[in-house]
Amino acid sequence: MSIKKISKEQPEFFKFSEENLNKAKKIISKYPTEKQASAVMPLLYLVQGQNENWIPLVAMKYIAKFLNIPYIRVYEVATFYSMFNLSPVGKYFVQVCTTTPCMIRGAYKIVDVCKEKICENQKELSKDNIASWTEVECLGACVNAPMMQINDDYFEDLDKEKTEEIIEMILNDKQPKPGSYRNRKSAEPENKRTTLLNIKNA
Amino acid sequence: MPKLIVNDKEIEIEEGLTVLQACEQAGAEIPRFCYHEKLSIAGNCRMCLVEMEKSAKPIASCATTATEGMNIKTNTLKVEKARKNVMELLLANHPLDCPVCDQGGECDLQDQSMFYGLDLSRFTEKKRSVKKKYMGPLIKTEMTRCIHCTRCIRFATEVAGIDEIGAIGRGEDMQITTYLEKAMESELSANVIDLCPVGALTSKPYAFEARPWELKNTETIDVMDAVGSNIRVDTYGWEVKRILPKINEDINEEWISDKTRYACDGLLKQRLDKPYIRENGKLIKSNWTDAVQLVINKIKNTKPSQIAGFIGDLVDLESMYIFKKFFNKSLNSTNLEFRNEKRYLNPDERINYLFNSTINGIEEADLILLIGTNPRQEAAILNARIRKSYVKNKIKIYSIGDPGELTYPYEIIGHDTSVIKDIIEGSHHVSLKIKNSEKPLIIIGESILNSDAAEYIFKSIKNFLTKNDKINPNWNSFNILTQRASNVGAMDLGLYKITKKDNYEVLNKLNNNEFKLIYLLGADELKFNKKDEFIIYQGSHGDKGASIADVILPSAAYTEKDGYYVNLEGRIQKAFKASYPPGESKEDWEIINNISQFLNKRLDIINKFDLETKLIKSNNLYSKESYITKEKNSSEINQSKIPFINSKLEIKQIDYYFTNPICRASKTMLECKTVKNNFKLTGTEG
Repeated sequence: MSIKKISKEQPEFFKFSEENLNKAKKIISKYPTEKQASAVMPLLYLVQGQNENWIPLVAMKYIAKFLNIPYIRVYEVATFYSMFNLSPVGKYFVQVCTTTPCMIRGAYKIVDVCKEKICENQKELSKDNIASWTEVECLGACVNAPMMQINDDYFEDLDKEKTEEIIEMILNDKQPKPGSYRNRKSAEPENKRTTLLNIKNA
Repeated sequence: MPKLIVNDKEIEIEEGLTVLQACEQAGAEIPRFCYHEKLSIAGNCRMCLVEMEKSAKPIASCATTATEGMNIKTNTLKVEKARKNVMELLLANHPLDCPVCDQGGECDLQDQSMFYGLDLSRFTEKKRSVKKKYMGPLIKTEMTRCIHCTRCIRFATEVAGIDEIGAIGRGEDMQITTYLEKAMESELSANVIDLCPVGALTSKPYAFEARPWELKNTETIDVMDAVGSNIRVDTYGWEVKRILPKINEDINEEWISDKTRYACDGLLKQRLDKPYIRENGKLIKSNWTDAVQLVINKIKNTKPSQIAGFIGDLVDLESMYIFKKFFNKSLNSTNLEFRNEKRYLNPDERINYLFNSTINGIEEADLILLIGTNPRQEAAILNARIRKSYVKNKIKIYSIGDPGELTYPYEIIGHDTSVIKDIIEGSHHVSLKIKNSEKPLIIIGESILNSDAAEYIFKSIKNFLTKNDKINPNWNSFNILTQRASNVGAMDLGLYKITKKDNYEVLNKLNNNEFKLIYLLGADELKFNKKDEFIIYQGSHGDKGASIADVILPSAAYTEKDGYYVNLEGRIQKAFKASYPPGESKEDWEIINNISQFLNKRLDIINKFDLETKLIKSNNLYSKESYITKEKNSSEINQSKIPFINSKLEIKQIDYYFTNPICRASKTMLECKTVKNNFKLTGTEG
């Protein structure tokens, strides 16, 4: 993890859409009065949803004014959490887990595929701006290692060929099927169950 | 009162103290980086670890409240090992650039690593490096050296009241920065330099100028505003290299304003080091004999009633005292004035021109009403106290007139004198609040005293407070915010001429060009149309006063002489000589004494010591240093006798970085001003 780069190309203007504005107001109402600052994270996430999965500086200022807190306080939060993107990401945003269990199971093969197919450097857009990739820390799916996340979906039990397939699909703007790629049912053992045999619904 | 044991010694402490404070009281010194008495507790440097009985791990003493029965050990092997480990981790990413670091010699990390540092590093990995951040013209940053103590963030947020510094990123990559690297927009910004325990934030104007052990330290008093902050002047030979705050809990606590700190380079520029005489419209270098002779000839050929003396903003008590004596005895003139514009003054009582609640008293206040004042610019340190009071007690602050951006929220309740009338008559909601509050604080600014309605506002507010028993020996809520260091002293010594009819007699006569000889004692801010007056300017800097002068008598600046100053609370403090006057310039009292000798009307002053003694004797208020008067109840006047004047109240914006000749000569102040103006032009709002 190094410090996030802030995009040099920034939009001039940001405003919540009607729908998001209502959502934002609802989120703020969950917090006690004068503690609206607590809503900064859900609001940043709303911004990210509205603005092609990244947060421009104007949006941070917008939120700061929205919540009546100093700019730097929003900026601190946005730079702290890795799920907030501060520069444009592709329509398909690939996050490859490289923490120990995935690494042992061959995460760097996935990284190599991303490097080859999407872009040499992480956090940069592919040629046609359709995809970008980044290494991330544990995504909590170690049982299905190695895995990656594309937008909101997990793609698990990968190997080099399957990753190539998936990346090829997203580069052609097709939605690949999420889930295990070795036909496992969520995190269950691959063939037969070997433990907890006396419990029916385990 | 909890009792606890520190290093086998039992002590009793106040409720609510931290273990660190308790250890200090027991005489055990605890190393620390993030902890600071005046800031909130962060507990993130872990240097203050101590051992506590029944705790398996050492505890962070700064973040633990001391409670009954604790058994603390600060000198065990375990503690030492824990601290050594913390230090090793801090040093893992800290560069070894002490030889080129300005903090060297006064660096907490350097000092503490003498005790807790390992002699060699076990880390073979690469050190973290962080880009320099821009923080304005005063703060030089070297963020690789930062140890993330967050003192600067806490200072900016809590004391300065500007949320501009923050920590971005996280973990090892955490970086301290201002929002998008904008200059810090605060009058107290440079205090983060003192707070920084390492060399991450250092002084830009002082960069690579000197090492702390080469400097001579003199503890003295600041004159940039009327607060009278206690400072330490560091000199290298003649040159004043830097100014640092000296702790005085009653006045400036640990802070000083940027102007106090950085106007010192103005002491080297634009200095008058030789007497000058104007010949054919040009100022020509001369010598003392000729200059004094010319002054004496002029004095002898002018009627006493046509001679006037004006006192500047930075003049000390001794000079004013001898100047008055010189005018009264040697020249037989009483035309003396310290005000540079028509500012209402009522010298009947001493409380009429003081900040009576005292600076410490601000913290006790339960309501603050600002009338025509912008304390942030007029007295930055005092403003920090108001903020402290606001943060501590969440008091309500009202303002009459729009002061612009302050460092705490306030409510504007009006823009003209009719609001004051409403308050006095009791028809305004604030009126009731003042009556009901125990310790209200009413601050009247100079913008009001300069307006037409000055007398009305002054008298009726005072009357209102007297009537409601808000001026009593326990609490005096009536405050005047003076802006200039010399003013309260001048009022104490009576360097003004007020008649029943005319509050501004000397100034009126000056504007009507009734004087033939004008003696400016460091007075630069005086605005008048010069006709055929002969002007003597005695001062330290070639500024506005010198440019209109016919004779210039060079004198010492505030760091170059011993002298008393009275601050806005009426507290008398002595400033000490840190440097010496440049060239042929002399101290003010010497020059005046000389002239009186040559006039054959010698004043009975033998030497500086004699002058000081006579000054202190002349006014029984001065018999004790740092003395503050507690005045008795003031008498009530009939409200109906004060005529109501309806006028708009505007708060005059002062040119904060350019208020006196020393600031105007300072390059750093000019830079600050430029940055501030650019800020306004480009705007920071998105």
